[in-house]
Amino acid sequence: MSRIAARFAELRAAGRKALIPYVTAGDPNPSVTVPLMHALVGAGADIIELGVPFSDPMADGEVIQKAHERALVHNVSLRNVLGMVAEFRQTDANTPVVLMGYLNPVEIMGYAEFARAAQAAGVDGALTVDMPPEESHDLIVALREHAIDPIFLLAPTSHQARIRKITGAASGFVYYVSLKGVTGAASLDVSAVAAKLAEIRAETDIPIGVGFGISDAASAAAIAKISDAVVVGSALVRRIGEHAATPEKVAPTLAGLLREMRQAMDAA
Amino acid sequence: MGNLDTSNIDFGAMPTADGHFGPYGGIFVAETLMEPLDELRAAYEEMKNDPAFQAEFDRDLAHYVGRPSPLYHAERWSRELGGAQIYLKREDLNHTGAHKINNTIGQALLARRMGKTRIIAETGAGQHGVASATVAARLGLECVVYMGAVDVERQKLNVFRMNLLGAKVVPVTSGSKTLKDALNEAMRDWVTNVDNTFYIIGTVAGPHPYPAMVRDFQAVIGREARAQCLEQTGRLPDALVACVGGGSNAIGLFHPFLADKDVAIYGVEAAGNGLETGMHAAPLCAGKPGVLHGNRTYLMESPDGQIIETHSISAGLDYPGVGPEHAWLKDIGRANYVAVTDDEAMVAFDSLTRTEGILPALESSHALAYAMKLAPTMAKDKILIVNLSGRGDKDIHTVATIKGIEI
Repeated sequence: MSRIAARFAELRAAGRKALIPYVTAGDPNPSVTVPLMHALVGAGADIIELGVPFSDPMADGEVIQKAHERALVHNVSLRNVLGMVAEFRQTDANTPVVLMGYLNPVEIMGYAEFARAAQAAGVDGALTVDMPPEESHDLIVALREHAIDPIFLLAPTSHQARIRKITGAASGFVYYVSLKGVTGAASLDVSAVAAKLAEIRAETDIPIGVGFGISDAASAAAIAKISDAVVVGSALVRRIGEHAATPEKVAPTLAGLLREMRQAMDAA
Repeated sequence: MGNLDTSNIDFGAMPTADGHFGPYGGIFVAETLMEPLDELRAAYEEMKNDPAFQAEFDRDLAHYVGRPSPLYHAERWSRELGGAQIYLKREDLNHTGAHKINNTIGQALLARRMGKTRIIAETGAGQHGVASATVAARLGLECVVYMGAVDVERQKLNVFRMNLLGAKVVPVTSGSKTLKDALNEAMRDWVTNVDNTFYIIGTVAGPHPYPAMVRDFQAVIGREARAQCLEQTGRLPDALVACVGGGSNAIGLFHPFLADKDVAIYGVEAAGNGLETGMHAAPLCAGKPGVLHGNRTYLMESPDGQIIETHSISAGLDYPGVGPEHAWLKDIGRANYVAVTDDEAMVAFDSLTRTEGILPALESSHALAYAMKLAPTMAKDKILIVNLSGRGDKDIHTVATIKGIEI
């Protein structure tokens, strides 16, 4: 069983929902990231989603765009990100790590080499935002050869046939984008999300994570009630941005917010 | 590369149903846009085969754009260069001053048929933004144009034109603040407002069906040029030359000639300060394949796969990617891609202006600059068609600055 599947099985047995924080690797500088990952685990993260910096993050809102820009000031490459995961793995063998990014850096490295290096580093899943399953055949083959779960997005615009196609190609979990828009958008309609999740559940048993628009303990708890996992990104990354000049405050600040979310989710 | 036999390829059948030109093209977008792109593809396929839609498009091209644009024999310039006879396809004479309007007319008609009330566009030099604002004004659609903050500064005249036409111009301050970033921002708007919004992409790039759809709207250039050349000279041209940024004017001219295997085809990229300096915008000549803005194509990128900043005197060519059909035509050898520098483009700008009384756009000046190299190598009875994709009025401030003149 993959680390991701094992984690969801444990949570299910305990009647808990997964909390998945997203941070961009190398933001605000490369030395922050690995200690931050450990701090997030300490604050209740079940899976870490680690963003791979890209010059043109088309699906991200301003908050995460700026995070990519801050990381790229330090020329943080996909290889560097894999190095961070390997370092994280030295002291944490259990927390799954999912890479989230755009296709081009993976394309340039080569699918087979990426999958090999990612497995060696201890990566468990890979989500390439701008690569729908239609274009993913070769990458999925490479990832599966190296026991890495291909993670795909589902959206409010995904109709039944696509839901079936995507859940058929995915493993680990699927990531439901809760609204039409980019990361960090404001409004979240919980009942609309619940209706769509019911549609997705009719097609698959794979765990469903929900992201986009979850900004505080209350929204995390509301989404935890209806999903298998809560993904929180921009709310964390915004605070990294606020502490870009005082990086020593990043880990404690984010851990504090995550702890509030964890408590609210577990109490719900 | 360049040695494949292309005589058996059915160019009209490309791209494949899923938008591929060989390994290039495709659909590389986040999931939220897959369904809207599917709707667009279905709507476009329907309109493409709808005589009423085509008749409306043709009527607008004739009476609103002013087509057909002339194919003009630049006799004096040809004589001066001392080689092939150069014919200019006068897209500069179109309404709004460039070829961009052919495509925006087509996409805006499609937007209206799909019931969309709001259009968005990205723009570099501002020509596509002006062309989008123009058709939006005419059809009564709301229009928002994304433009890199750097381009807003260097193309103030076009920003003012768009404002006069009622469009909102949004300066984009992320990344390199140029065309690629404007495209990112337009995509973000589209994914957010997809229910009522039609995204008019200005070039033959982006996810399928854009590269095919924009090409089909622009192919009127090549169809006219082919018929006009036959009518005026009794034969097909020996060579075609067009500038390539994203590549829409070029594919528009080239496409109807692809099966004419004796017609040589040259796409001219922006070499900026020179390919050897790295300060250029020539992905086909000096880049490598990758994925950006919804399609796989040649890109200007770092060894890690980050998109790098481009440089060109011409804002319209200042883009790190290129349409996927050009990438494919390069690999199969049907078209040749070359590059000319800022300085060479300026020489061509002056040369055409002084000998023919035509001020070309700086984009088009790149095609003219290559024609200045190519024509003298050809016999005087050979025919060379250059796509004069736009007029240079928008560039006079840039040209004045280069010449050290304050106006």
